[in-house]
Amino acid sequence: MATAVTTTDFSKAPINAKLSTEQKLKLLTEMVRIRRFETESLRQYNGGKIGGFLHLYNGQESVAVGCVSLMGDDDHVITAYRDHGHALAVGMTMNECMAELYGKATGCSKGKGGSMHFFAPDKNYWGGHGIVAGQTPLGLGLGYALKYKGLKGAAMCFMGDGAVNQGCFYESLNIASLFEVPVVYIIENNGYSMGTSLARSSAFKSCLAERAEGFGMAWGKCNGTDIYEVRANVQEALARAHIESKPTLLEVSTYRYYGHSVADANHTGGYRQKDEIEFYKQNHDPIQHYKRRLIEEGVLTEEQYEQIDEAAKSEAAAAAQFADESPVAGEETITQDVYFEVDRQTEAGRTGKHFFND
Amino acid sequence: MPLIEYRDALNQAFDEEMTRDENVVLMGEEVAEYNGAYKVTKGLWKKWGSKRVVDTPISEAGFIGMGVGASMLGIRPVMELMFWSFAAVAWDQIINNAAQVRYMSGGLINCPIVIRGPANGGTNVGATHSHNHESFLANIPGLKVVCPATAYDAKGLMKTAIRDNDPVMFMENTLLYGEKWEVPEEEYLIPLGKADIKREGTDITLIAHGRAALTACTAADILAAEHNISAEVIDLRSIRPLDEDAILESVSKTHRAIYIEEAKPFCGVGAQISSMIMEKIFDELDAPVLRITSIDAPAIYSPELEKRQLPRPLDVVEKVLSIC
Repeated sequence: MATAVTTTDFSKAPINAKLSTEQKLKLLTEMVRIRRFETESLRQYNGGKIGGFLHLYNGQESVAVGCVSLMGDDDHVITAYRDHGHALAVGMTMNECMAELYGKATGCSKGKGGSMHFFAPDKNYWGGHGIVAGQTPLGLGLGYALKYKGLKGAAMCFMGDGAVNQGCFYESLNIASLFEVPVVYIIENNGYSMGTSLARSSAFKSCLAERAEGFGMAWGKCNGTDIYEVRANVQEALARAHIESKPTLLEVSTYRYYGHSVADANHTGGYRQKDEIEFYKQNHDPIQHYKRRLIEEGVLTEEQYEQIDEAAKSEAAAAAQFADESPVAGEETITQDVYFEVDRQTEAGRTGKHFFND
Repeated sequence: MPLIEYRDALNQAFDEEMTRDENVVLMGEEVAEYNGAYKVTKGLWKKWGSKRVVDTPISEAGFIGMGVGASMLGIRPVMELMFWSFAAVAWDQIINNAAQVRYMSGGLINCPIVIRGPANGGTNVGATHSHNHESFLANIPGLKVVCPATAYDAKGLMKTAIRDNDPVMFMENTLLYGEKWEVPEEEYLIPLGKADIKREGTDITLIAHGRAALTACTAADILAAEHNISAEVIDLRSIRPLDEDAILESVSKTHRAIYIEEAKPFCGVGAQISSMIMEKIFDELDAPVLRITSIDAPAIYSPELEKRQLPRPLDVVEKVLSIC
């Protein structure tokens, strides 16, 4: 798989040039926190503490952190099942996220959603969706609602490269362009649609985002290794949404170090080779790339980096301990959070039988 | 009280709720400039404009999903499916998104959306356009399912559905759109989960939803006139939430029950209700609970045969006579 080589210096893009030292260190810290959270999750999964699926974000951190760092009050985020990175980036705590993985009452969804279904509407984060591309019409709807309410905001709707061949994605692109909905679709192209490579799953001319051309929609492609490059490109798309109320389809080249989920044939020498993973770790790791960059810029030292990394590691370990010690919710909660009206015990919620357990 | 068509009753409900709440928006294929495939939304685009009444492309997965997403942010979309049969291409958006997002978010999100349109056979349009999805959808916790049989109910239930904060699947009937009923001029609401006793009786309870409730009423009239049998008719109006009390009280009084529906028998609404009666008031029964449904095959095109495929009043009479 080829990854575009970045030649432009995106640190000079206005959106990056104005970053303070503190803001730069925050970008790095957020990426490191995601990496450490994911690594701890894997450890606990392998230790039998976490059930179901676990889709790790290691290697892709620059995308979520870069995009979320650009959000204003009326910008919103929605993504698919590889959702831990976006969750932490918008400000969800490691504790609530880890506890959700453990299925505990203290989890962000009280243990009702699991790994693929993290939500924080108070932070403009609308999940966390398990069906490939199923979130793409929802992202459209978020953008539609913003426009309807007259707000100057955008919906950033993330998906993997495996989502681009689903029908509802094209329906969404058509409506987004037709209705001029302020939505930014971001394809996090990590090269694999589960265990099937890009070449074996998608037909395209120059890239996946070019498919937007057919809908008369703006599109672009960038490299995810450099968080500055991600920010510069996404900023343009957000401006288009905010100012012109027009959608964009962006493709970001990235890579995941672990499998589609942890139960992946990759680990037994399946669809890709170890040297390919090593190559990306050595040459395209967004955290190492940014670390070097900040050291060059003179805003970070090795010692500081070690401190950031250690703090993230401890935070993740503490989150695992918090999750482990948290209680599981009572059985009576199984039928809560199904109907708004029943939860609130409104007149509607008290009229008629809603559940059929007896 | 004015006599108005079922479609106009719905139209009044939309108009009133759009006046009441600026976040109510009508969407669907041809609902705006064309006035709706069945003229249910007639005149509303002209009155309210393109922001409130929106023509969508033929793109059910896209626009239904868009409505679900918009509802998460507080818009109250009322989405028309030209046929409920077309929900099949938007299934993921309804079943996985609208129905599950509240639960999976631990109650942080809710979807105040109404998805509506006709769900019926009997119009010679063949199997792909004649599905009754009510038992499928009522099977999903998180969804509400409403099937009004009259113009009065259509208006009162629609107004309630629009104000409801959960996703409501609202199933109308093309054969009823042009039928007239008395509808008061003053505002009224009908709660979901409250059945309507359409006929009081003592010998048997006929339970039904949607157009089948009208079939049951005709049958009850015949039973009274020709067979001296007093049948009580219960129209559920909404399937989920369900008025269990109304059913159990009536059957405890009549000791016999038949469920009538235009959907297919396997895992149908009638199967659920008959199981409930058996579990809760077995000792009250003087006969097995029977069911009358569409004949269990895809909806046939042939106009003559399709009439036979759906439950007719005489089918009900015959079944009643078998246990009374």
